[in-house]
Amino acid sequence: MSSMNGWEVVIGLEIHAQLATKSKIFSGASTAFGAEPNVQACAVDLGLPGVLPVLNAEAVRMAALFGLAIGAHVAPVSKFDRKNYFYPDLPKGYQISQLAQPIVSGGSVTITTGAGEKAVNKTINLTRAHLEEDAGKSLHEDFAGMTGIDLNRAGTPLIEIVSEPEMRSAAEAVAYARKIHAIVQYLGICDGNMQEGSFRVDANVSVRPKGETKLGTRTEIKNVNSFRFLERAIDYEITRQIELIEDGGTVQQQTRLYDPDKDETRMMRTKEAADDYRYFPDPDLLPVVIDPSLLAEWKASLPELPDAKAARYQSEYGLSPYDAGVLTSARAIATYFEQTLNAMGSATDAKLCANWVTGALAAQLNKANLGIEQSPVSSDALAGLLLRVADNTLSNKLAKEVFDAMWAGEGDADSIIDARGLKQITDSSAIEDMVDGILAANPDKVAEYRSGKDKLFGFFVGQVMKAAQGKANPQQLNEVLKARLGPSEGSS
Amino acid sequence: MSLSPSQLKHVAHLSRIALEESKIPALVQDLNAILAFAEQLKDGRLDDLAPMAHPLDQQQPLRADVVNETNQRDILLKGAPATEQGLFLVPKVIE
Repeated sequence: MSSMNGWEVVIGLEIHAQLATKSKIFSGASTAFGAEPNVQACAVDLGLPGVLPVLNAEAVRMAALFGLAIGAHVAPVSKFDRKNYFYPDLPKGYQISQLAQPIVSGGSVTITTGAGEKAVNKTINLTRAHLEEDAGKSLHEDFAGMTGIDLNRAGTPLIEIVSEPEMRSAAEAVAYARKIHAIVQYLGICDGNMQEGSFRVDANVSVRPKGETKLGTRTEIKNVNSFRFLERAIDYEITRQIELIEDGGTVQQQTRLYDPDKDETRMMRTKEAADDYRYFPDPDLLPVVIDPSLLAEWKASLPELPDAKAARYQSEYGLSPYDAGVLTSARAIATYFEQTLNAMGSATDAKLCANWVTGALAAQLNKANLGIEQSPVSSDALAGLLLRVADNTLSNKLAKEVFDAMWAGEGDADSIIDARGLKQITDSSAIEDMVDGILAANPDKVAEYRSGKDKLFGFFVGQVMKAAQGKANPQQLNEVLKARLGPSEGSS
Repeated sequence: MSLSPSQLKHVAHLSRIALEESKIPALVQDLNAILAFAEQLKDGRLDDLAPMAHPLDQQQPLRADVVNETNQRDILLKGAPATEQGLFLVPKVIE
């Protein structure tokens, strides 16, 4: 990796989010994913002569919700333009988009990079978000020199979300993309599925010498279908550009594809200049007018968004900023956390719950490559386990064993505790008996401890735990042991 | 505004229109006459008018988000010169 010293990185993102409407933006064809080719492509989507696009009211509402959520200006009047280019997955010869008067302009989000004391917040401004139609899909294999075209996706409503070039590292770009991803999912306007292409991130990356105010020549990275790949693709591109310039070359403006197998970007095409698209107002579509009272109604309908939820988790539950951030990073995680808390009823312990959701559960999900909504341990089941931790039936260590058994499908917490005899020993006289037994069996160690070798405390804890088969309540054990041993002279 | 022969070729390329070299001088002349005609709009006094997005003084009607198109693949594929497995086939487009 080339040294970044002396270089500043400039990154702007364009995010295409498919809106979660049932029908297309300008036709009544279905937008469902995964259908047989071309069964959801009607005459309007094919751009056949004589058809007229009619705008989907829900697409307008969803785009406006996004604008409201990021504090942007939602235009009372916006309009559609034609963006002209020839590609067979766009049979009209143009894409209906918005150039001069987008539905959403401005707005900002706050991102956090780093954790704990190193956490840094930064505001990223957005340029705009506009409505447009998606193109179809080209399939390049298996057709003897021909390309297969599936137009099911053609006409699916998109918002293209354009940031200002304000990100200065791959980590910031990923934090921004994650925040937008969370917001559209919280709003319920996009399913956020990156594998299926519902949420697509293109990164514009350039570098310049530190102190330079003019932007360097940028490249655009496409084809990134996970946040991990986004970070790697940008880092690769930063290194490539710096090495190119340091070796006396110049960066060409071009579109590059990320190849996750080789972990590199490669040239796809040199970029056509923007004016080559010959935008002009679409004569088939009239100006889109949003009534102020309707906008007010939509504003009132906004759900609690990630930042507000994270702030509430801190003030209401006393969670750390980091835990609150992790729990609110996706709507599904926050929902799972809140459902677990609710299921715990009056024994609710938010910190305990947060520890388990961000700890053991997250680790297992990560290992199994599952989303939290696919967790084999439901929120109700986890609550059942946490109740047994809260009432001291289980130590944390035993709870982990029960959790693993629940994950493996062995049943709910209580039945696993019964079946395995894992109940924690909290009967203080039983613990006292065990402690006394261990002390009586090790008089020399007791004497050493009392004469100052206080590190032996751990030895006694271990011996008693062993006798208790790991089931003694650790706090009680510590207390009894301290009382029975008395002071160690070396300790103050 | 007027168009040079090279600008005409550029615009023709963007529109995927093949032009015979011999016809370019006449086309440039014709197009420039049309542009000059449109130039007259510049003489209009528009200072106190907001730009119009559409000649009709109306707003876009919206449709409810309802799926009302059925599968018409068989009919729609019939118009295509080549199809396979429900796909339209076109000449290879990878650069």
